[in-house]
Amino acid sequence: MTLRHWFSKARFTGLLALMGLVLAIPWPAPVVAATERTIRIEAREYAFTPATIEVNPGDRVTIELASGDYVHGLHVDGYEVNLTAEPGQPASATFVADRPGTFRIHCSVTCGPLHPFMGGRLRVGPPAAIWRALLLAALAIIAGGLGLRPSTTARIADRATS
Amino acid sequence: MMRFDLTRLPFVRPILVARGPQLALQLAAMAGLILVVIAGLLGTPVGSRNPATVLVWIAWWAALMVVAVPFFGRLWCSVCPLPLPGEWLQRGTVLRPRDAGRGLGLRWPRRLRGLWLQNAAFVMVALFSLPVLTQPRLTALLLTGLVLLAIATSLVFERRAFCRYLCPVGGFIGLYSQAAALELRVRDPEVCAGHTTKICYSGSAAGYGCPWMVFPGSLHANVSCGFCLECLRTCPLDNVAINLRPMGADLRASPRARLDEAFKSLLLVGSALVYVFVLQGPSSSLRAAAAAVGTMAWLAYAAGFLLVTLVVLPGLFLLAASWGRPASSRSTSAWESFRTFAPSLVPLGLAAWAAFSLGFLLTNASYILPALSDPLGLGWDLLGASGSAWTPIGGSLGAWPLILILLVGLAWTSRRVRAIAEALGGGMRTAIPVWGFTLLLTSGLLWVFVA
Repeated sequence: MTLRHWFSKARFTGLLALMGLVLAIPWPAPVVAATERTIRIEAREYAFTPATIEVNPGDRVTIELASGDYVHGLHVDGYEVNLTAEPGQPASATFVADRPGTFRIHCSVTCGPLHPFMGGRLRVGPPAAIWRALLLAALAIIAGGLGLRPSTTARIADRATS
Repeated sequence: MMRFDLTRLPFVRPILVARGPQLALQLAAMAGLILVVIAGLLGTPVGSRNPATVLVWIAWWAALMVVAVPFFGRLWCSVCPLPLPGEWLQRGTVLRPRDAGRGLGLRWPRRLRGLWLQNAAFVMVALFSLPVLTQPRLTALLLTGLVLLAIATSLVFERRAFCRYLCPVGGFIGLYSQAAALELRVRDPEVCAGHTTKICYSGSAAGYGCPWMVFPGSLHANVSCGFCLECLRTCPLDNVAINLRPMGADLRASPRARLDEAFKSLLLVGSALVYVFVLQGPSSSLRAAAAAVGTMAWLAYAAGFLLVTLVVLPGLFLLAASWGRPASSRSTSAWESFRTFAPSLVPLGLAAWAAFSLGFLLTNASYILPALSDPLGLGWDLLGASGSAWTPIGGSLGAWPLILILLVGLAWTSRRVRAIAEALGGGMRTAIPVWGFTLLLTSGLLWVFVA
């Protein structure tokens, strides 16, 4: 194995290790005491308002779902919270936000043509996932761009100049 | 480059050469199309309960984007039911070739060759996609319209002009089939060059001349090969192979793209971005605008769609591709750089569509069985699943499966960008602006998936 190949391999292993670190290292976040939160969500015309709920890890969260037009449901991925609300008959559920991350919220009751796209987000803790994903994207570009074997790079360059 | 010819396996070639198995699959697909059209026209108007929308836009589309195209390329085109009625009418037969077919058999006009019409057809469908995605009747009418257009085209023009030059999905599959792990190629191009009769193009009693108007001996990419298998049947020299190959082999070998092909790359990756933003993004008013066809809000949405996919993204890519030209040892114009780098977007575009389609499938897959259980909304329960509750799949994983797909596509694109930059003699300095463009594009997609 030539020195160039060794460096190439070491570089690739290093990038993989960096990607692992990006995923594994706890994201810095201010320590905030867990509290009780009640959040009222209105479902109307294929939209949840607010569309994004932000809570802190450990918060005891009560979601009140109120429908402004038809029967709507609310399902939170990862927490398996399920609610169904009819107009004038709100529904509520309580859970402890013990899993940090960003989770999708869906309407779980077929409510009309745009029902499959009616959704929102629950964010528990800081928005670490997007920063991790963006860092991974940058590393993916580096890994792909530097991933060409030195021999391949030289061959392509030779072909280009010949 | 390593390739494994599947037709060397003793049981594969007879199955592929015989028309029966392919016809059986085509008829199954045709039955599915008929079910979809009948259910769309006569069944419940509720999109998530009707097989027209559920089978086409949740099951078929995801299967196409996540599995079929990345791994098998244009294999779907070999059983696609849309051109079959037209092809049968054109040929005057379903199975064995006949001497005289029906139809005028005109050659497709030279000026209309290329992908511009397919690009336009894709844009037309894309502008109306939200109503089509959500309303079974519109899905049925769209598919019926495509079948009728294919019939008309087949009766006027020769061969599969519809598939080659008009089908909006065909152009889509063709571009991304370059990334596939399957290809149809000749074993030895010299054999084809020396074979004067070119039966694979003209046809014989054993099979039709290439319906896709391609001479297999000069086939270098999957883009225009519809995997119809006719050349496998007609070649008297046993020179046609169906190879398993490393994914993306076409991209490694592909020379500079034509302008229509380059624009197709940008159009499709831009459409993925707009779709993800509109359908899964935070703005419900944007979704409402996309659904309200004919209103001022929809016109604004359509203008935005066209601006992003046809002007802004291609413009930014032109800027990125030409930025590094001074560092290149080869003298190229800005548009040549645009065309040279455009194929590098194929992996990222495919990954974007696969991630978007997988996300939609995971969320909505539980609608498939209930819709099939009661296809016409008459209260049937054919599969015992009509009362099944909606249950999303893999919700606890968050967006990470989609992120992973996107990152693989991005790394692959990045590798192609570097290779192209090296080929231009510019190295890293030529690659960096294009990497910047791909990072910008990916960041937009990640933002919607995650944030």
